[in-house]
Amino acid sequence: MAAANDVKLIGMWASPYTLRPRIALNIKSVGYEFLEETLGQKSELLLKSNPVHKKMPVLVHRGRPLSESLVIVQYIDEVWSSGRAILPEDAYERATARFWAAYIDDRWFPSLTGIAKAQGEEAKKAALAQVHDGLGLLEGAFEEISKGKPFFGGDRIGYLDLALGCFLGSIKVSEALNNVKVLDEEKTPGLAKWAERFRADEAAKDVVPDTERLVEFVKSMFAKK
Amino acid sequence: MGEDELVLLDFWASPFCARVKIALAEKGVAFESRAEDLFNGKSELLLKSNPTYAKVPVLLHNGKSVNESSIIVSYVDETWASPALLPPCAYGKAQARFWADYIDKKVFEAGSSIWRSRGEELEVAKKEFLEIVRTLENELGDKAYFGGESFGYVDILLIGLVSWFDAYERFGSFKVEDESPKFAAWAKKCLLRESVANVIPEADKVYEFIAMMRKMNGIE
Repeated sequence: MAAANDVKLIGMWASPYTLRPRIALNIKSVGYEFLEETLGQKSELLLKSNPVHKKMPVLVHRGRPLSESLVIVQYIDEVWSSGRAILPEDAYERATARFWAAYIDDRWFPSLTGIAKAQGEEAKKAALAQVHDGLGLLEGAFEEISKGKPFFGGDRIGYLDLALGCFLGSIKVSEALNNVKVLDEEKTPGLAKWAERFRADEAAKDVVPDTERLVEFVKSMFAKK
Repeated sequence: MGEDELVLLDFWASPFCARVKIALAEKGVAFESRAEDLFNGKSELLLKSNPTYAKVPVLLHNGKSVNESSIIVSYVDETWASPALLPPCAYGKAQARFWADYIDKKVFEAGSSIWRSRGEELEVAKKEFLEIVRTLENELGDKAYFGGESFGYVDILLIGLVSWFDAYERFGSFKVEDESPKFAAWAKKCLLRESVANVIPEADKVYEFIAMMRKMNGIE
């Protein structure tokens, strides 16, 4: 059983990407030292551990650093293999989970940040429509993949749940700051219910940031600029 | 046990399709390649198998579709175990996936910026591209391959993209060999490998193809 100081995670409470390995480590019941970054001031350790991207999260296990949240999650799954599996067992199901996780990172999340960037009513409407379209695809994926179970991963949170669930806070922030409804129970009922289950899950509930705190934090970040 | 049916929805010039063909060849797995005519109408099968992106490559394994070249290569590696394309240890795998992600995020886009631009923009694009190649050369270090002793996952993902480098060099008036000789040596070595040589299209044909796309995009 790894000692707490054998595993360090460089990250930040408000960062959605940091949530992914935090929840993964919780799933595996692995203790870790959380080294919190101050936004706007990258630490020496971060810059040294992730010289290529200079971004968090970075997992440092037995002194060796690893970056890219989904790469880290797969590593956690493989190292602590006796814990509950995070990725599906079946190769085809794994490929499907990886496909949708990549879609979320490459297409869907950028469309979410597009709402705040959009200038004017028309542009905001169009940006929101794009996000809804994406969520529509993910709703379909959820129905197909969960096969009636509570999560993408089945009975408990898995890889794809982590990939999307980490952005639930960002969704709430977007809704609050832009006065829009992003995750709409009328448009995507499956995902709306899934979101509540995700937030309540054992492995997630203590690390998913409090919505109010997150909204205030993002507001203060924009105020500083 | 029945025969596996493997169909690849393919396009001759695509570096992404090249990746999959190389991986299948490395595993000694037979497959049927179906050429897509990307400019004159995508097939029903492609649109049905990849509704999200309608892009090649798509690997159909007994009718079930796997999309996104890096994900397909992982799938091929996990389904046909030998030879292993990823290192055996978790850390080695994680390193390979990190670099696969870097390559996917940076290389093709930087290369596209070269052939899509002229003048000052082109110079900027060249600089960025060569910086990326330098970073990769740094990661390669003195290893024979990105994965270490044997040709593997990262090499496959990268060498597919290298098939367009000659065209970038010609449009950008530079040579990767001059700037990053170790990288160029690694590329040369991989291009001689049977699984790669049989798949990579002729440099001249790729150049003509990209020249056509430049024209279509109004760049000349």
